[in-house]
Amino acid sequence: MEKYLTVNGRRVSFTDEKNLLEIIRKENIELPSFCYNSELSIYGSCRLCMVEIEGRGILSACSTPPESGMEIKTSNEHIIEVRKIIIELLLANHDRECTTCGKSETCQLQTLARRLGINKIRFKNVMYKEPKDLSTYSLVRESGKCILCGNCVRFCDEIQSVGAIGFANRGSKSVICPSFGGDLGSSECVYCGQCARVCPTGAIMPKSEISYVWKVLSDPKKKVVVAIAPAVRAAIGEAFGFDDGNGTETAGKIVTALRSIGFAKVFDVSFAADMTIVEEADEFLNRLEENKDMPLFTSCCPAWVKFVEQYYPDFISNLSSCRSPQAMYGSVAKKIMPEMFKIPKEDLIVVSIMPCTAKKFEARRPELSKNGVADIDYVLTTQELTRMIEEAGLLFGELEPSAFDMPLGFKTGGGVIFGNSGGVTEAVLRNIVNDNSGGTDKTEQFVFVRGKDGLREVKVNFAGRELNIVVVYGLKNARKILKDIKVDRSRYDFVEVMACPGGCIGGAGQPVYKDLSVRKTRTKVLYESDKTMELRRPQDNPYVQKVYKDYLNKPGSCAAHEYLHTGYKYRKRFNETFEIYKPAKEGNIKVNVCFGNSCMQRGSEEILKHIVSFVENGKYRDRVGIEVSICLEKCFKGPVVKVANRTLEYCTPKAAEEAIQEELMKK
Amino acid sequence: MGSNYSKFETVCRILKENSFDESKLIPILQAVQEEYRYLPKEILVFIASSLNIFPASVYGIATFFAHFTLKHKGKHIIKICDGIACHVKKSNNLINALKNKLGLKEAEYSTKDMLFTIETISCLGACGLAPVFLIDEDIYGQMTPDKAVELIDKIMEQERVK
Repeated sequence: MEKYLTVNGRRVSFTDEKNLLEIIRKENIELPSFCYNSELSIYGSCRLCMVEIEGRGILSACSTPPESGMEIKTSNEHIIEVRKIIIELLLANHDRECTTCGKSETCQLQTLARRLGINKIRFKNVMYKEPKDLSTYSLVRESGKCILCGNCVRFCDEIQSVGAIGFANRGSKSVICPSFGGDLGSSECVYCGQCARVCPTGAIMPKSEISYVWKVLSDPKKKVVVAIAPAVRAAIGEAFGFDDGNGTETAGKIVTALRSIGFAKVFDVSFAADMTIVEEADEFLNRLEENKDMPLFTSCCPAWVKFVEQYYPDFISNLSSCRSPQAMYGSVAKKIMPEMFKIPKEDLIVVSIMPCTAKKFEARRPELSKNGVADIDYVLTTQELTRMIEEAGLLFGELEPSAFDMPLGFKTGGGVIFGNSGGVTEAVLRNIVNDNSGGTDKTEQFVFVRGKDGLREVKVNFAGRELNIVVVYGLKNARKILKDIKVDRSRYDFVEVMACPGGCIGGAGQPVYKDLSVRKTRTKVLYESDKTMELRRPQDNPYVQKVYKDYLNKPGSCAAHEYLHTGYKYRKRFNETFEIYKPAKEGNIKVNVCFGNSCMQRGSEEILKHIVSFVENGKYRDRVGIEVSICLEKCFKGPVVKVANRTLEYCTPKAAEEAIQEELMKK
Repeated sequence: MGSNYSKFETVCRILKENSFDESKLIPILQAVQEEYRYLPKEILVFIASSLNIFPASVYGIATFFAHFTLKHKGKHIIKICDGIACHVKKSNNLINALKNKLGLKEAEYSTKDMLFTIETISCLGACGLAPVFLIDEDIYGQMTPDKAVELIDKIMEQERVK
């Protein structure tokens, strides 16, 4: 039987829509809402999507399931008045410095205030703002601009399973903040920045480095080189009013703009992406052959890398040791450009333009610097590039495209598709599969890795066996597959993970979008761009070959390892410890018992009990200090106990006692 | 110092009694607060880790309910009702008198010797006795500032004798 309801007197049929809001929006009525986001659970906090349902009164459309025969009015005097009051109340509690806010013009609160014709706020301003949270390289939080819609909290929890921020307090004192009201920098945040993307206002925004870049550009002594990531060309047009542009042409316009702004050379991160593939494919084949540290995890996404470092220390060795394209570009540029320009090393400034907020964090990883100087000096997002183009007064749409500089500006199609989820995998396959001469028809054989789902398993025949590959975006999906891999290490051979939905094209540094179809368009731009490339396989890139020949010998060589590989480290999630016995004086034996989740399940309680009674009975209280830690990051090898400088894995009460006794004997 | 261990042991017991079930977070926090008289940050993080939930969520729950406190509280807790009935019966004077007596400045709620903590609550449900307050478990109705100060003197005396 056909189900129908009426919207403003019009008969509308519906099928399996989950809520009224979806049906009403399909009728081309832009029902206002802050907290409705089709990627996330329904929250119903903003109350703006309220509609009148005959016989039921005013209800929020997002949280009301449709029923046949409903008669709905989406606006009348009463509803409009209610919406206006909501906006007024939000504005009374809002930092209304719109002219100096980075979100001005894309802010949904500003847009709704205009749409609803708010010309006066009848309520007293009760806005309370905390100082800005500037503790990370990636994001800035401003509590005075938060409207408590909870989009950021739900994204962090439901899509990324990180939960770095949450609601705290109650009623008029409610805030959104990291745990214990701390700053983001000391939280578990992986800097993917998707909270900033779903924030309707400017309460969380990517951190800008524009002023530093203008400063070095104005310094006559400095040579400033820049490179743009693949995904940037797929999205910047949106900010200038054309969205499904031709990727190659848009990239050309960006080159013109960047030259005009004053960059000495304009390169393409896709070049470095080609290099990443050549290096990573080599690494993969070696690991496959030796069956060592399998499956291989891609390491291009810095949010994913931090995620593994802090939640899955036992999988760190599975991450590809290859640097990300940004990092390879930085290290190669810092190696070869001073010579080319004939300038001292310190006068070369390397800038990258990325779709990503986590890349700002990556650039400051100490592993990616030489002698204390970072390989990448500044990281701009697509949003910041847009702002710089506007600041320079360039009419982007009118610019004539120009060509990238060589050598780091040449790329193959393999490097361009990196920006899409599945792109890295596809490029690796183009590189390793033998039956692939590089022609269009041959490279198109791997399109099955493409797709819009966040978890895609594919199988490929390779060298007489089947390769099991999984392509993932969204870190919650990554958690799912890591759980499977824990059980069965041989389940997959190759794991590609990008934190952001859709891959880098959906990064938080890209122009803000609300309509999810934007991701589809961006993905298409990169695949179309790939088709227009002369070469499609990364290993065919003549400039990559030349860099190997001149500087790095061959993939996997010592020099390649120095410049193109990196290491990862454990990141302690919890620094909290509590003292059971304080050591009486300096230099006493320190015993640390891990009480993390998995150690606890494996019996750390019994160990602690035993040690305590051993110390009590032996009257060693003045010689032994006992501490409990929440995680010592060896979850696979628990329970873990540290005695002085020794770490005891798979510890037992007896082993701990013996180790303490040994230490006592020494002194 | 041994008490550090017995407290920690209690937390482990509470977690076990609640089968490490995240849906029992509130009873867990209640029991832990009973043990420590407040919710220490380290213990909250430990609870989050043991239940495998985000520390930010535990912090959210612990700050949502007025019953929970993240600050160390005094031995005796004075809860002054500031509901409508008590408010019009000048509960404010009680608050000022008690703070004055205990030497508490504007934003201070606990005495330095951690003997007393003052809190205001929204309604005790004893409006007929307004203004009213609780000291620990005992309720005192139709209070005046003088009577309140007398009560405090009495407790202070008892503590001295101990």
